[in-house]
Amino acid sequence: MKYSIPTEEYVTSGTVACQGCGAVLALRYALKALGPDTVLSVPACCWSVIDGPFPYSSTLVPLFHTAFETAAAAASGIRNGFAIRGNDHTTVMAWAGDGGTVDIGIQALSGAVERDEDIIYVCYDNEAYMNTGIQRSGSTPWGAWTTTTPVRHFKKEEKKDMVEIMAAHGIRYTATACVSHAEDFVKKMKKAKQIRGTKYLQVFASCPPGWKMQSEDSIKALRLAVQTGIWPLYEVENGVYKINHKPKEFKPVEEYLKLQGRFRHLKPEDVEHVTRWRDRRWKLLEAKVAMTRELYGAEAAET
Amino acid sequence: MKKVLTGNHAVSYGSMLARAEVVAAYPITPQTQIVEKISELCADGVMDAKFIKVESEHSAMAACIGASAAGARAFTATSAQGLALMDEMLHWAAHARLPVVLANINRSMAPPWTIWTDQNDTISRRDTGWIQYYCESNQEVTDSVIQAFKVAEQVELPAMLVLDSFYLSHTSEPVDLADIALVDKYLPKYQAKHDLDPAKGHPAYGALCNDEWYYELQIKMQWAMEKALDVIIAEDALFGEMFGRSYPVVEGYRADDAEYLVFVSSTIASTAKDAVDRARAEGIKAGSAKVRLLRPFPKPQIRKIAKGKKRLGVIDRNISYGSEGAFYTEIKSCLYHELQRPEIHGFIAGLGGRDVTVDAVYEMIKITAGRSPETDINWQGAKLA
Amino acid sequence: MPNKHYIPLKNINDIPTMAKTLGTMLVNETGSWRNVRPVISNEACIQCGICWKYCPDMSISEDEEGFPVVNLVYCKGCGVCAAECPKDCIEMVEEVR
Repeated sequence: MKYSIPTEEYVTSGTVACQGCGAVLALRYALKALGPDTVLSVPACCWSVIDGPFPYSSTLVPLFHTAFETAAAAASGIRNGFAIRGNDHTTVMAWAGDGGTVDIGIQALSGAVERDEDIIYVCYDNEAYMNTGIQRSGSTPWGAWTTTTPVRHFKKEEKKDMVEIMAAHGIRYTATACVSHAEDFVKKMKKAKQIRGTKYLQVFASCPPGWKMQSEDSIKALRLAVQTGIWPLYEVENGVYKINHKPKEFKPVEEYLKLQGRFRHLKPEDVEHVTRWRDRRWKLLEAKVAMTRELYGAEAAET
Repeated sequence: MKKVLTGNHAVSYGSMLARAEVVAAYPITPQTQIVEKISELCADGVMDAKFIKVESEHSAMAACIGASAAGARAFTATSAQGLALMDEMLHWAAHARLPVVLANINRSMAPPWTIWTDQNDTISRRDTGWIQYYCESNQEVTDSVIQAFKVAEQVELPAMLVLDSFYLSHTSEPVDLADIALVDKYLPKYQAKHDLDPAKGHPAYGALCNDEWYYELQIKMQWAMEKALDVIIAEDALFGEMFGRSYPVVEGYRADDAEYLVFVSSTIASTAKDAVDRARAEGIKAGSAKVRLLRPFPKPQIRKIAKGKKRLGVIDRNISYGSEGAFYTEIKSCLYHELQRPEIHGFIAGLGGRDVTVDAVYEMIKITAGRSPETDINWQGAKLA
Repeated sequence: MPNKHYIPLKNINDIPTMAKTLGTMLVNETGSWRNVRPVISNEACIQCGICWKYCPDMSISEDEEGFPVVNLVYCKGCGVCAAECPKDCIEMVEEVR
């Protein structure tokens, strides 16, 4: 059999994740990239439960459960605790959902980035508070149904762009990734591991129950997100933007939206709204690529 | 080596002598000098610690928890709003059984804004599972940082030492700084029983527990607190042997033959001694008893010192709204089953930093000696009329 | 029927000081969740490894000939492998119990 990513597993079978869970694949891939010398700081999120109830765990690296707001702060503490004891080789990774990152966890994350703590922060983004039953978060996209944005009042606020917020901090390395594009994600995690300082990755992770779709469509939905341009794959390293993958032609956003019940209520004008958002965002992204290449030099962009 | 130190600096030097390894702290008046001095000590190479300049107190405690879980000796300091903000993580540190030490400057809770002292901030946290030491002098403060780590690391519970805002935090007193080599003998390098080193295994800490084992885990915490009382006393005795200073968990002043005994804590304990002397000079057989520990509550020591007294008074620089002063409740309750139960007065004094003078304590002693209690709350020094 | 990963805990003396895990989630045989089961046809299989890659339960491994094998003890029947197989050689069939 061909293996496009490392074969060693650091998450066992037997997790209590839902069928088709993208969040499991996200951590599975992340740990394949980082290896066993890794410690996880996990706030309240799906993975607080997925890992398993006491006395069992499914991860083959130490996992420290911490309070909802604190993934980045606890990770900072762990990193400094290791450092003062002479350990600067263990990777410390904060592993959080979107709620614990863009809403309640944003302060601790912002503080950690500003201090340039030597940690990797990965947000596995399934676009709502899934663990507590699909409530909207700041990462929920415009148009989505959630239990707190029911169909008559579907979310009319745009998704918070966390990667851009990170870039605005002057973070050394930030990137988007997608579970469907496992090789790209693993490559980015390996890259992050080599960089000293704070690194932030946001990996798109599907949630069949939360997105109201069949479990078998889990990867397909993520792939469509990339192919429709709704989820761009890009990196910002030392301020220089680089797009990792641009589809020659974007697939119509409907293909992505119609796969998921959470978008079923959208009318043609709503779909247009999403399309305009996608286009506007890509224009800005490409402008940033050109601008930062000019400002900070071509060599930095060609990694 | 003797230095003249404010309470805040006494904390800083205590953390240096205790070789705190990770300090994660956020500034708040009146604690700021603690972290400023620690920064200085670290910058000067006198103290070898990582100072994480976190962006809030909640993150401060979260970072201390992370550092302690990773096997390092973690320390922080805060006050009032800051302590309240980190409340969730105080519970976390205790439940996670991590020996973090915190110095809290007792400052009144807002609103209205204030920087002056009362004990409500720490009293409100007495259910978190943290050991609580209430300190009377700057010498005690420095020594308590060291003792707190020694005890916390043994019983696997976090500990806070508490001191009055301004009356102690900003008041200079002579402090004998122990020789650090001797401190190292008393308090060796922290060896965590459980840590996060991947080389040692890959457990998860704090996993979902349901109703299957949560109860028993809490029982373990209570058992640890009960054990802590003995450990605190033993470690204080050892400290006394090695450094020549010790701090009884309940310390009487002219208490043995007293008929009327007033329980006090923090700086009021010092003031009370003068008031006791004055009362004695007038023929009132008064005494005072400083209560150093609120958690674990030193029940046997309270019962012992209260035995044979005609009447007791308790001076609380705090109030649990809807009930009464916290030390009053605790003392009254622990005497409930005693065959001989003296009458007991509850006084509230000094809220919001109002000065509690020798005169004020003397008045409270006189009331205690003079009449039976009429209410549970006697407001002392308030502008009621 | 608990498997070999089951850890019997009777009372307070059997548990650690804090909620620190002692064993593995392999104790949880999630195969019982299935309504449908993947059936792989080796004839069409090109051994691309995509089914292994996308299995959210790490329930696909390789046999001696390089063909994917499903671990039915843990496979939840999510159908991702069947959906992603580029050669359509995986069929989800009704689980019979």
